Amino acid sequence: MSVRRAIQGIDGPDPLARSLGDAQYIADDGLATAAYLALALGKPLLLEGAPGVGKTEAAKALASVLGRELVRMQCYEGIDASAAMYEWNFPRQMLAIRQAGEDYVNLYDDQFLIARPILQTLEAPRDRVLLIDEIDRSDHEFEAFLLEFLSDFSVSIPERGTIRATEPPVVVLTSNRTRELHEALRRRCVYHWIDYPAPDLEARIVMMRASTVAEETARRVVQAVSALRAEPLAKPPGVAETVEWAEAATLLHGHGERWPRAFARAIGVALKDQDDLDYIAPRLEALLSESAA
Amino acid sequence: MIPRALDPFLAFPQALRAAGFPASPDLTESFLAATGLLGPRGIGDIRAAARAIYGPGPDRLPEFDAVFDTVFLGRGIAAPAPGEPEELPASYDAGAFEEMPVPEEEKPSGGEATAADRLFARALSAGDEDRMLRAFSRALPRTLPRRRSRRLAPGKGRLADARRAFREMLRRDGEITRLPTRRRLSRERRVLMLIDVSGSMKDGTDGALRLAHALVHGGERVECFTIGTRLTRVTRALRHRNRDQALTLASGIVADWDGGTRLGEALAVFLSIPRFAAHTRGALAIVISDGLERGGPEALVASMTRLKALAWSVLWLSPLAADPAYRPETGALRAILPMLDRLGDGSTPPAIASGILGFSKGARA
Repeated sequence: MSVRRAIQGIDGPDPLARSLGDAQYIADDGLATAAYLALALGKPLLLEGAPGVGKTEAAKALASVLGRELVRMQCYEGIDASAAMYEWNFPRQMLAIRQAGEDYVNLYDDQFLIARPILQTLEAPRDRVLLIDEIDRSDHEFEAFLLEFLSDFSVSIPERGTIRATEPPVVVLTSNRTRELHEALRRRCVYHWIDYPAPDLEARIVMMRASTVAEETARRVVQAVSALRAEPLAKPPGVAETVEWAEAATLLHGHGERWPRAFARAIGVALKDQDDLDYIAPRLEALLSESAA
Repeated sequence: MIPRALDPFLAFPQALRAAGFPASPDLTESFLAATGLLGPRGIGDIRAAARAIYGPGPDRLPEFDAVFDTVFLGRGIAAPAPGEPEELPASYDAGAFEEMPVPEEEKPSGGEATAADRLFARALSAGDEDRMLRAFSRALPRTLPRRRSRRLAPGKGRLADARRAFREMLRRDGEITRLPTRRRLSRERRVLMLIDVSGSMKDGTDGALRLAHALVHGGERVECFTIGTRLTRVTRALRHRNRDQALTLASGIVADWDGGTRLGEALAVFLSIPRFAAHTRGALAIVISDGLERGGPEALVASMTRLKALAWSVLWLSPLAADPAYRPETGALRAILPMLDRLGDGSTPPAIASGILGFSKGARA
């Protein structure tokens, strides 16, 4: 196992948290520690959490801190090697055979190889960060297929041999936990569960992301959102919804709407399910005035 | 010679393994390296390293921390046994439901069974049931409903297979004689089984769980929950191959046997947990319940509307429906009747089995 204490000048969880803060992402201690360990140990970082807590944002921020390009691979059921790793350009190969006639032609040359996200990352580990998004949407076969890549950072192409990364690339996996991931996959990663942020942290996130929102508004909206998350809703509001709700309410307030009403009228930004809206509507005013107190 | 300060680091993986966490030797190495990287400035850093490397997941975190405290802080807190119920997240805890009064009057227990049924049930000795369950398990892969997958495999189909076409060309000097094709595979639909374990169902729950065990083993992706005053996931317990062991484990984690029924609320809690709702999407949902709901039907109707919208089909098996002349009488069941794809007989394990097989077969044809 190759351990590097400092990666591009980042030599601990605290410096990493500060850099992430500069990149407009507020990370708590747990996330900063896990991300730093993943970088230092050269292991993939597995982030799990409810939808909308900022898993993908974390990967984007990490890429921007390292000054690397983010290669995003969205998983879906049925995703396979040709979509994730590499594919031969068959039409071009066929044309090349026709054109070559009697001459020799190397059909497995680079020009016929289409690099997909995994191969792209292996070819330039210093320039790219690979985000394997929503791994829980893929099926078990694909998860098993990822194992070689995640532990050795190598890919075997039968016609070309094994391609290995010169240094461990930075890989971030995210999962909404709609199903349990396989133990073998979890073992290869550094793990962090992203929870909904604590109220004061979330207020700071709202202030950072939405520049027009006043501190008082941010505090109120965060309290209201915490109350909503305690209800048995089909889609509890995520952090992105909190930010949007604060922005929307500020906008309405600017048009002369009074405070608790501005929140109530903008509720459609926070809750996006008709049943949830119906469920919460009768108590919404009470809930909001409670959080204003 | 290993320094004494390292002792807890070596004892920790063993304690984790004893508590049922996967802790392989390579993780021990990573854990030591991670601790070194963080300083460590204090016990907090060691804990953070342990959490990041072993990744216990949010629902087992308290248990994980207890093991950590025992080893590193020498606190004598026994970790909860691995067979702890898989409870709901604290914010969804069904505590409020538990305070509901237990129904004071005795409810009809599974309704009146016909004389023929009783004879059939008596004839069903242990050996017969065993054979029936095994036959059920074996029949499942052929009968459970399937859907088209996004995966492709070589075979007769309409999609050209460029990779194989290219290989054939190479073999035949660049000539192509026939076009290889690929076809879409099909995949078994997920199955969700919800078993009512309230007092009015008490004669049937044991049989239903035995059947659920066969279902979990015969199907590819089956999840099973019990519903009473609270919601309990019993899938993991039922995965045990030995049926008696599995049932003992399952009955150990279900805390609300023979209680009241808050079907509507329990279903609402079930659907508000994203990973459970995700399992329901496109699934065959089987509910085994008599639908005798305390209180008004509104909660049940709301939950069933959502369940119907998520699931592919909803099959409701009620022990009361054993009688062919049965018509739903309670307001709740009458209100949700239009949402069910079929209301069938759920009085005995063979009836449930034939209900599931019959429904699936009809759906596949």
